[in-house]
Amino acid sequence: MSAGLGKNRIVKRLQPLIGAAVLVFLWWLASEGRLVDPVLLPTPGESWHAFVSGLTEGTLWNDFWRTIVRTTVSFAIAIIVAVPIGVFLGSSETVYRSVEFSVDFFRSTPASALFPLFLVIFGVGEEAKIAVAAFGAALIIVFNTAYGVMNARKQRQLAAKVMGAPRVRILTDVTIWESLPQTFVGMRSGISIALVIVIVAEMFIGSTDGLGQRIINAQMIFDMPEMYASIFAAGALGYGLNLLFIILERRFVHWGGK
Amino acid sequence: MNEVLARVPIDPSTMAETPAALDASPESDPDRLRWFPKGTHITIRGLTKTFDDVVLYKDFDLDIPKGKVVSVFGPNGCGKSTLINMISGILEFDSGQILFDGKTARETRIGYVFQNYREAVFPWSRAIDNIRYPLQFLGLSKAERDARVEELLTSFDVKIDLNRYPYELSGGQQQLVSIMRALVVDPEVLFLDEPFSALDYEMTLFLRDRLQKVLTEREVTTLLVSHDLDEAVTLADEILLLTKKPTQVAERLQFNASRPRTPETTLTDEFIAVKSRSLEIFQREVRK
Ligand SMILES: Nc1ncnc2c1ncn2[C@@H]1O[C@H](COP(=O)(O)OP(=O)(O)O)[C@@H](O)[C@H]1O
Ligand SMILES: [Mg+2]
Repeated sequence: MSAGLGKNRIVKRLQPLIGAAVLVFLWWLASEGRLVDPVLLPTPGESWHAFVSGLTEGTLWNDFWRTIVRTTVSFAIAIIVAVPIGVFLGSSETVYRSVEFSVDFFRSTPASALFPLFLVIFGVGEEAKIAVAAFGAALIIVFNTAYGVMNARKQRQLAAKVMGAPRVRILTDVTIWESLPQTFVGMRSGISIALVIVIVAEMFIGSTDGLGQRIINAQMIFDMPEMYASIFAAGALGYGLNLLFIILERRFVHWGGK
Repeated sequence: MNEVLARVPIDPSTMAETPAALDASPESDPDRLRWFPKGTHITIRGLTKTFDDVVLYKDFDLDIPKGKVVSVFGPNGCGKSTLINMISGILEFDSGQILFDGKTARETRIGYVFQNYREAVFPWSRAIDNIRYPLQFLGLSKAERDARVEELLTSFDVKIDLNRYPYELSGGQQQLVSIMRALVVDPEVLFLDEPFSALDYEMTLFLRDRLQKVLTEREVTTLLVSHDLDEAVTLADEILLLTKKPTQVAERLQFNASRPRTPETTLTDEFIAVKSRSLEIFQREVRK
C-alpha cells in the first residue's frame, strides 16, 4: 500500500517532465532524421552544448545577467510609481471612471510602438530601454491595483469604519490588503511585460549586451545552436520570474482563495 | 457640540419629567420627540430611508433603552439589517436623527458583529491581532490594551490558538473572534446581525452563553437581529417586532426572566407566553 503510494508520488512528480521529454525527442528525431534543414535546426545536443559552454566559458551568463538587471530595475520603477497611483485612482470611483479610458487605451497600445518616442526623449542608451519597459509594466500594474482597490469587498471596510478607524487607516489596514491579490495579478503580468519589452529593446535599440542582443547577433551570423541556447535562456528567465512571483504571492497573500 | 446638545437633551432624567414635553400635541409640536423615557440610550427621530424609490423607513421613531438587550424581529426583508446599519453609522440615511445619549455614532464606542464572519474578520491578520485591532483607536496605553485583551480572554475562556489565521479556524471560532473583537473595546452599544445563523447548534449555544455572560456583567446596550424567534426571545430583555415595509414598530414586548438564560428557559410559562404573543403579532403583520 505504502509502496504503491510512493510510486504514485514519483509518477506525479515526473509527469510535467513527460511533455518536455517528448518535445526534445521529436526535436532530436527531426534534426537527426534530416526532416528539417540542419542549418536551421541543430540537434538538441548541439544546442545544449552551446548553452553550457556559453554559461561556463562564454558571455551568456553576462548577457543573462544584464537582461535580469534591466528587467528588475524597470519592474521596480514600475511598482514604485504604479502601486500608489493605482491605489489613489481606485479609492475614488469618480476619479477612476474619468481616467479609465486613458489607462485602458495606453494599456492596449503595443509598447513597441512607443520605442521611437522614448528614443527621442531618453536617447539611445540604457534609459530608453528601462523607461519603455517600466512604462509598459506600470500601466498593467496601475490598472490591476486600481481595479483591486475599487472592487474590494465592502464589508471589512465597514467593519473597520464602525470600529472607529479613520479613513486613511481603512485604506492602509483594509482596502490595500483586500486589493493585494489583484495587485499581484498585475505585478505578475507586469514583470512578464517588462521582460518582453527589455528583450525586444535589446534587439533593436542599439545594445551591446543582453539576451535580446545575443539572440539577434546569433541569427545574423547564422549560429543556430547559439541562438537556440539564448532563446532557451530567455525562456528559463521568464519561467523563473513567474515562479518567483508565485512563491512571493503564496507568502504575501497567504489567505488568498481561502 | 453645543448644537447637538441643544437639539436633544443629554440627560434624560431631567427631560423625562418635563411636563411641557409630555403635554405637547403629537402633530403640531415639531419638538414633540425631544421627549424620551427615562433610561433611554439611543433616540431615533424621523428616520427616513429609501432604496431606489422603495420607501423602507418613513418618519420612523424609536427609543432604545440603556444597558438592555433588544431583539429585533420581523418579516424577511423588512429592513432589520438596514435599521441597525443606519444606527451603527455603517449606512447613510436620507433624513432624520440618531443620537446616543446626545452623541453621534462616530463619537460612540460601537461593537458590531456581522452575520457573514468570513468577510468580517481580517484574514491577513492573526486571530489575536484581529481581536486587538479596534483598541488602537481608543487612545489607550499598551498596558491598558493588553489588560483589556487579557480580561476578555479570561471571561470568554477561549481554548483556541489565537496565533492562527482566521482561515485556519472553524466558522464558529471565526465568529467567536469577531464577537471578541466587538467586545474588546468595552462598547457602549453592541450590534449583532444574525450572528449565529451560519453556525451549528452546539457552537451557537456556546457563543450565546459566553455573550450573555459578558453582556450581563457589563450591561451593554445591545441590538440583536435574529430570524430565530426562540433565540430572539431567549436573549432579550425586550423584543422589538417590526412590520412589513414601509417599516414601523409593530409591538414591543418585555421578557424579564432571570439570567443566565439557558435552553431550559424556553420551557418556562413566561417564555412560552412571550413567544406566542410575538408569533401572533408576527403572523398578523406578515398577513397584512
Ligand atoms: N443596498 C441596497 N440597495 C437596494 N435595496 C436594498 C439594499 N439593501 C437592502 N435593500 C432592500 O431593503 C429591504 C430591507 O433589507 P434588509 O435590511 O437587508 O432586510 P432584513 O435584514 O430585514 O432581512 C429589502 O427589501 C432589500 O431588498
Ligand atoms: Mg438582514
